[in-house]
Amino acid sequence: MYRTDMYEGMLAETTTLAGAGGETINAYFARPLGPGPFPGIVLIHHLPGWDEWYREATRKFAHHGYAALCPNLYFREGHGAPEDVAAAVRGVGGVPDDRVLGDVAGALAHLRSLPYLTGRIAVFGTCSGGRHAFLAACRVQGFAAAIDCWGGRVVMASEELTPKQPVAPVAYTAELGCPLLGLFGADDRSPSPEQVARHEEALKQHGKTYEFHMYPGAGHGFFYHDRPNYRQEAAVDGWRKVFAFLARHLAG
Amino acid sequence: MCTMISQQVAISGSGKGAGGWFTVRQVSVSYDHPFDVPLEYALNLDFGNEALGLDARVAVELDATSARALVATIQAVLARAEAGGYVAPA
Repeated sequence: MYRTDMYEGMLAETTTLAGAGGETINAYFARPLGPGPFPGIVLIHHLPGWDEWYREATRKFAHHGYAALCPNLYFREGHGAPEDVAAAVRGVGGVPDDRVLGDVAGALAHLRSLPYLTGRIAVFGTCSGGRHAFLAACRVQGFAAAIDCWGGRVVMASEELTPKQPVAPVAYTAELGCPLLGLFGADDRSPSPEQVARHEEALKQHGKTYEFHMYPGAGHGFFYHDRPNYRQEAAVDGWRKVFAFLARHLAG
Repeated sequence: MCTMISQQVAISGSGKGAGGWFTVRQVSVSYDHPFDVPLEYALNLDFGNEALGLDARVAVELDATSARALVATIQAVLARAEAGGYVAPA
């Protein structure tokens, strides 16, 4: 817990890492200054892209004592204003799940290579990033905790599958390798409360460690202070739950 | 992508973006989270030209009612142009 008589410093900058297929991609990195050791976290950005909100979120985790790394999942689609890049990605139906997992695994390996990490690293995502966070927690070895904020299309009907998203993430639930925190809005349509319930049922069926929270009066994206779905009480409570969950599972 | 409702179509024309006029070669039409209009979902139009890079983009975000009104108005204007002999029948 930060006190007003404590020193706080932060390094925050873009960097590069080896992503899927060993390809170099860029990423945004933020960590507290000092020898640490610090727990780590990989942030998986959302539909609107590798944008200012995710830079702010990366620095927020650093402020709370984490070495935080957010890879640019849209690196290969080109460069420009984050909105223009994300719009182009939206136009071609998103990015392949396997490639995202390769980039996330690369981010995890990059954090592990740093000399000031404790070795306990979580994965966090919102929206499509939440879906990818759950998918990564199932399919990438080594995460100590996972946070899925309103990730839609974890539960998917067969007709929703695409070449880029060929398997519903819920199908991998048996392989979930760490505790999972899920934050959802009761008014959300993707994921709907019914889809969240089906996700939860799969977690129970496989005896997984998880905690889900459904916020009444909140919809999709209730953390986003710059969007109309921002819900102040839910966002404040949600962030508290995020940091409490991380403290429990990344300690030591 | 939260809805995955997106289609692209090749088109031919000109668009005026932040950098001025450019040749438009495709438009992406999606119904998904917008970037700017204060709606959870919107009908998003992205006019672009891949050959010119991602900066070559004219973006419009509409609510569904406005999008339907736009479609109907485009059809009505094309019908009048066709009736006046300015446009060949489709």
